[in-house]
Amino acid sequence: MSWFDLTATDLVPLPVVLPLLAAGLALAFARRPRVQRVVSVVALAGVLAVGVALLVLTDDRTLVVDVGNWAAPVGIDLVADRLSALMVTVSSFVLLCVLLYSLAQGVSEEAEEETSSIPVSIYHPTYLVLAAGVCNAFLAGDLFNLYVGFEILLAASYVLLTLGGTGERIRAGSIYVVVALLSSIVFLIAIALTYAATGTVNLAQLSERLPDVEPGTRLAIQLLLLLAFGIKAAMFPVSAWLPDSYPTAPAPVTAVFAGLLTKVGVYAILRTQTLLFPTDPRIDQGLMWVALLTMLVGILGAVAQDDIKRLLSFTLVSHIGYMLFGIALATQPGTAAAIFYVVHHITVQTALFLVVGLVELRGGSTSLDRLGGLAKLAPGLAILFFVPAMNLAGIPPLSGFLGKVGLVEDGVRTGGFLAYTLVVGSVVTSLLTLYAIVKAWNKAFWQEAPQEIEADARVPRGMVVPTGALVAFGLALTVFAGPLYSYADRAAAALRDGSYVEAVFPGGHDRGVGESNESVPKAGAPTGPAEGVSTGEGTP
Amino acid sequence: MNVLDTTPAAVLVLAIGVLVTTGVYLLLERSLTRVLIGFILLGNGINLLLLVAGGRAGGAPILGTTPLWHMSDPLVQAMILTAIVITLGLTAFVLAMAYRSWQLHGHDEVQDDVEDRRIARLAAKNEPSFEDADAVESGETLDEEAAATRDETDDDIGGTGDRTGGEAR
Repeated sequence: MSWFDLTATDLVPLPVVLPLLAAGLALAFARRPRVQRVVSVVALAGVLAVGVALLVLTDDRTLVVDVGNWAAPVGIDLVADRLSALMVTVSSFVLLCVLLYSLAQGVSEEAEEETSSIPVSIYHPTYLVLAAGVCNAFLAGDLFNLYVGFEILLAASYVLLTLGGTGERIRAGSIYVVVALLSSIVFLIAIALTYAATGTVNLAQLSERLPDVEPGTRLAIQLLLLLAFGIKAAMFPVSAWLPDSYPTAPAPVTAVFAGLLTKVGVYAILRTQTLLFPTDPRIDQGLMWVALLTMLVGILGAVAQDDIKRLLSFTLVSHIGYMLFGIALATQPGTAAAIFYVVHHITVQTALFLVVGLVELRGGSTSLDRLGGLAKLAPGLAILFFVPAMNLAGIPPLSGFLGKVGLVEDGVRTGGFLAYTLVVGSVVTSLLTLYAIVKAWNKAFWQEAPQEIEADARVPRGMVVPTGALVAFGLALTVFAGPLYSYADRAAAALRDGSYVEAVFPGGHDRGVGESNESVPKAGAPTGPAEGVSTGEGTP
Repeated sequence: MNVLDTTPAAVLVLAIGVLVTTGVYLLLERSLTRVLIGFILLGNGINLLLLVAGGRAGGAPILGTTPLWHMSDPLVQAMILTAIVITLGLTAFVLAMAYRSWQLHGHDEVQDDVEDRRIARLAAKNEPSFEDADAVESGETLDEEAAATRDETDDDIGGTGDRTGGEAR
């Protein structure tokens, strides 16, 4: 294959490959920070470009790549459908903004001051590995590959969270790492059970075989997957680790974790629930209760906080409830609203954490008892905080409001006691979010400063610009909510109409390969079981 | 189609049971090193579970050396290998973290949540968890307080032009 006959499908692996290669390069140039910076920025900009291209291309058809040219059920495939492409695009934009922000802040330098002996040139490679892991999770067409994606991003997140190895970060990191390890173990158990029950881990093939599995076994697999992803997404009974660990990390790290990591969990729940277990009302009802509790417990936690970072971490947990609500509704409009909400929330939550980083830099603290009077000292900062804060609380006409309206509308349409309870719960949560956010707003920006704040502290322009870009992107989501919402609607439709399976096994469902052991002879000939798969162009 | 015997060997099932129970027990400990050992045991238990999921053991899955119906499943072996590699990397990381914790604190115990400690401290002092600024008794009536508070519509405030402008209208 020459370089000139590249096809659209060749773009699919790039969001994973580019950051990984760049991570290697950045590690090789560990002693030359300037080269490292260029490499990281170029790689993530490349991923963003690929993401946008995928966004356009996948609107027509779902792209499938058989890694190593081994066709689907035998080999591993990467699948980019509308949902994946949307997630990759938004994530890479957020990753790029946060990277630029951290370049200006110089995470490395900050950490160097604290503990001089720690090599912090690892920040860039780790960050890129995190990006690769996130993209891999979004593109995985295979349960085990999803697991690997999770592990890549988690391993990178462990390093980023404990960057510099200060006492507080090690304390928070210990809890975070142990919880994450446990969730990975649960995921692995689910994979083992799935494989034992169906003889495959390919998502498309699973969606055809799981309906024939005995209902009890299927329920066990579903619950295990839900638990594993739920821990990562911070849904209520298993969310306590999040507000404790996130705020201790450096601001850009917290921002990118808050924006992306939980959403990867939400994405995995959405993908597995719609593709593997499309109809199971028992779980949906349970998920509704979980969504309600996540919203309420999360936001009540936020109300009680007096530190902006912790407050925002609790609102993060709380708003995961909205996405779970949309997923639990199990209707196309509900799913569409959930997808829209995920996109909105990634942007807004990251922007808020970045602004809080600026507030910390300007006011010297994130504690609401020590901050004050910032509205006069830094009016620009106040605007940067106010816009995403109102967006988070769901003030009309911003995108947060639109997402919530979509959810509430579909909740009312679905009807029934539980759905109405959820509708009430989401409105109450929205109001409490407003209360919590306004409290932070009043205290940090308007109250008389309890202690002197340096009048001439400067915030580097390089940090303000990426933050501003994210805030502006959040506003753009409002302005272009129409096209985005219809895209989310089409993505939601594609999740349920079987086009995913159709794309992985074109022209015939699940051909040939039966029990796992029988797939072995076909593995001898790469084109064996699935001739005519989109990219299969003969033996390599 | 030849019927495969997928009944797992009792020894493997027993081994999984022992590894998982001891693993979970150790995972509940406070010391990070014990948690790590628990994680390793648990991980190995799950690796065995994956092995069992692949069915009965057979010959090496290489074409030409083993007849097809006698091969063991290579896919689970690949998955287990991947899981082992991941576990190895994470083990190294957790060890480093435990060591760092020992360097800093002289022990490697996982400490309580900040919030838990704060609430415990407040409970010990028997204080409310937050202070409501409006509820602080100043000893004055509301009218006195209002009179004493700065009136923002007063002159001498250059900064709040819109306010004075509003009054002029």
